Amino acid sequence: MSLFRNPFDARTRLTCGCGRHASQAEHDRALCVEGEALQSHAVESAVMRALFPEDGLRRAFLKTVGSGTAIAAIGALFPLAAAKEAFAQSGGPLEKQKLKVGFIPITCATPIIMAHPMGFYAKQGLDVTVDKAAGWALIRDKAMAGEYDAAHMLSPMPLAITLGAGTAGAVPWTMPAVENVNGQAITLSIRHKDKRDPRSWKGMKFAVPFDYSMHNYLLRYYLAEHGLDPDTDVQIRAVPPPEMVANLRADNIDGFLAPDPVNQRAVYDGVGYIHTLSKSLWDGHPCCAFAASKAFVTRMPNTYQALLKAIIEAAAYARKPENRKEIAAAIAAPSYLNQPVTVVEQVLTGTFADGLGNVIKEPGRIDFDPMPWQSFAVWILTQMKRWGQIKGEVDYAKVAREVFLATDALRLMKEAGYPVSAQADKAFSVMGKPFDPNAPEKYLASFKIRRT
Amino acid sequence: MPIAQRWRSVLLSLSILGVLLAVWHAASLPEKGEAAVDPAYAALVGNAAASGSKTPFPGPGEVGEQLWRHLRDPFYDNGPNDKGLGIQLAYSIGRVLLGFAAAAVIAIPLGFLIGMSRTVHQACDPFIQVLKPISPLAWMPLALYTIKDANTSAIFVIFICSLWPMLINTAFGVGSVRRDWLNVARTLEVSRLRTALMVVLPAAAPTIMTGMRISVGIAWLVIVAAEMLIGGTGIGYFVWNEWNNLSIANIICAILVIGVVGMVLDTLLARAARLVSYRE
Repeated sequence: MSLFRNPFDARTRLTCGCGRHASQAEHDRALCVEGEALQSHAVESAVMRALFPEDGLRRAFLKTVGSGTAIAAIGALFPLAAAKEAFAQSGGPLEKQKLKVGFIPITCATPIIMAHPMGFYAKQGLDVTVDKAAGWALIRDKAMAGEYDAAHMLSPMPLAITLGAGTAGAVPWTMPAVENVNGQAITLSIRHKDKRDPRSWKGMKFAVPFDYSMHNYLLRYYLAEHGLDPDTDVQIRAVPPPEMVANLRADNIDGFLAPDPVNQRAVYDGVGYIHTLSKSLWDGHPCCAFAASKAFVTRMPNTYQALLKAIIEAAAYARKPENRKEIAAAIAAPSYLNQPVTVVEQVLTGTFADGLGNVIKEPGRIDFDPMPWQSFAVWILTQMKRWGQIKGEVDYAKVAREVFLATDALRLMKEAGYPVSAQADKAFSVMGKPFDPNAPEKYLASFKIRRT
Repeated sequence: MPIAQRWRSVLLSLSILGVLLAVWHAASLPEKGEAAVDPAYAALVGNAAASGSKTPFPGPGEVGEQLWRHLRDPFYDNGPNDKGLGIQLAYSIGRVLLGFAAAAVIAIPLGFLIGMSRTVHQACDPFIQVLKPISPLAWMPLALYTIKDANTSAIFVIFICSLWPMLINTAFGVGSVRRDWLNVARTLEVSRLRTALMVVLPAAAPTIMTGMRISVGIAWLVIVAAEMLIGGTGIGYFVWNEWNNLSIANIICAILVIGVVGMVLDTLLARAARLVSYRE
C-alpha cells in the first residue's frame, strides 16, 4: 500500500515497500535478522517434528516440562546450534556446479576419489568429475592452466607453486586440507632382502614420486640420518607412482619411498618387500593435499566451501576403521585406482603382507586428518631449503599462513565431528628429533648433511 | 597355379602363428616357487608371490580371454576414467584425423610453393631441416605450457609430426614435374593457376599421397605415446592405465588393436593413392 501513498502529502510518512519500516535500508536489515530467526525456527521445528511425530505429544511434553527445560534437554541431545550454523552456511548459492578435480591413482587421494562414488560431492549439490591424471607435473600444469578447478597434489606442491620453485612463475596457491597422514613406505627390491641396514644402501638407485614431495624429503631425511648423503651416495629420481613397480621388477631401481598402493602392489606381485612404513619415521606426517588456486578460493567462495566440506566429510568417514573395507571396494574400481581390491584393502585396514612372509597389523598405516597445520608447512620449507630447492631468505610463517588455510578446515572439521583441539599449531618430531616451527633456521643449521 | 600358391602361403602364415603361440605359451608357463608360506599370508598376495616367485608374464590363453572381454563390449562407458576399448580408439582416431587434416591444410599449399619456387625452397630449407628431426613428443611440454589444454596439445603434437613428410613430399613431387609438360602448358598460354591445378597437381599427386601415407603412419605411432603422457582418453591412456594396474594381458590386447587400426589406416591411404596414380 505504501507504494501508492501520495509522496506530496505532508501527513504521510514515506516508508519501505512493506510499510512497516521507515526506509528501504531498515527494511532490508530487518529482513536479514528475520531471515536468520526464520532459518533457526525452521531447523528447530524440523528437529521437534522428528522427535515428536505427533503434535499432541509435543504439546503435552512442553506443558509438562516447560519450554525452557525442553530447549535445554533437546540441545543436550541434538547439536541444535551446529545444525543452525550448517543450515545458514548452506544458504549461499554455488557459483559453479560442474567442477573438474584431478587426482593421481594412489590411496592418498582416497577422500577425493571416494567422495565421487559415495556421493559426498552430490550431497553438497556439486557435480564433480574426478579426472585421473598421468603424473604430478601434468596435474600441476593442468591445475595451473585452469583445466582443473581443484586437484590432488603433494603437500609441498602448493608451497612450491606459490614460491615459483620448479614452475615458470609464482602463482598464489592454497592448500585448504591435508588428505592423508602416514600411508607411505620404503619398499626395496626382493633381491635386497637381507640389506635391512640403510648404511649398506650406498650406490643404490631410489625412486620418489616427485621432486617436491614429502616422499623425497622423508627419504632424504632417513638416508641422511643414517649417514648417507642423498645427493652423492645414492641416486634419487622422480618416477610416477604407477611406473615404480614395473621399474622395480626390471631392476631399474633398487627401491622407492612411495605412496600406496604401490608398495603393497610390489608385495602382491612378489617384486619387493616393505622395509619400513613412513609412520615409523614421523607418525602423523602429512602427505597429499587437496589444493586449489587462490583465485578459485576468493572468486568462488561458496563453491570452495562446499567442495572442502565434501572432502572433509569424506575424510571423516574414511577415518573410521569400520568403513575402510567398504571404501577399498569403492575406490579399487578401474575408473579410480584400477587395482585388485585386496591390495587397497590391506593398505586401508593396515593388516598387510610385508613381502617377507609376515602378516603385519598396523591400524595406523594410513589415516585421514585434514587439518593443514602451519608447522607442517614450515617443516616442508626447511627441507626445501635444506636440499637447495629454494634459496635465500624465506618468510616461513607468512608463506605457511597464506598457503595452508587452517581456519576453514578447522570450522568444517568441527562440523564433521572431528575431535579438534584448541591448540594453535601442532608440535611433532621427525625420527626422534623435535621440531620447533618458531626457529626454522636453527633447525636447518642443526643438520650435518645439507645443501645450504 | 596361383590358387595353390595362395593356399600354401595361407598355410605357412598359420603355421608361423601357431609356432609363435606355442613358444609364447611355453615361455610363460608359471614357474613353481618352493617357498611355503602360511595361508593367511598367501591370501593377501598374488598366486605367484605366495610361492615365493614373481607374477609371471601372461600366456596366450589369458590374453585371449581379455581380448574377448574387450571385443564383446567395446563401447561401455563408466565415467571419464573407464571407457571401452572402442571408445578409446575412437578418441585416438579422432585426434589423429584432426591433427593430420590440420597438417595437410598447411603442408600441401606450402609444399606447392616451395616446390614451384627455388627461392622459397632455399629460404625455407634450413628451418625444415632443423625442425624435422625433432621428436614430436619433445614439443609436448611446450604445447601444454602455451596451449594450456591437454587435448589440443595432443592434437598439436600429431599436427607437427605429420607436417614434415607431407611438406617434403609435396615439394619434391611438385619440383620434379616433367619440364616438357610445363613447357607444353606454357606454349598453350595456360594461366599459372590453371597450370598448377591442371598440370602440376595431377602430376605430383602420387608423391603427395605417399607423403600423406607416411604421415598418417607416423601420426598413429605418436598418438599412443602422446596419450600416455596426457592421460584422460584414448588408446594410449588405456595402455598407461593398464600399466598402472600392471596388467600385461590388457596391454598386449591394446598392442594388437593398435596394430590392426594402423594397418587399416595405411590400407585406406594406399587405396586412395591408387586412385591418383598414372602411367607415363
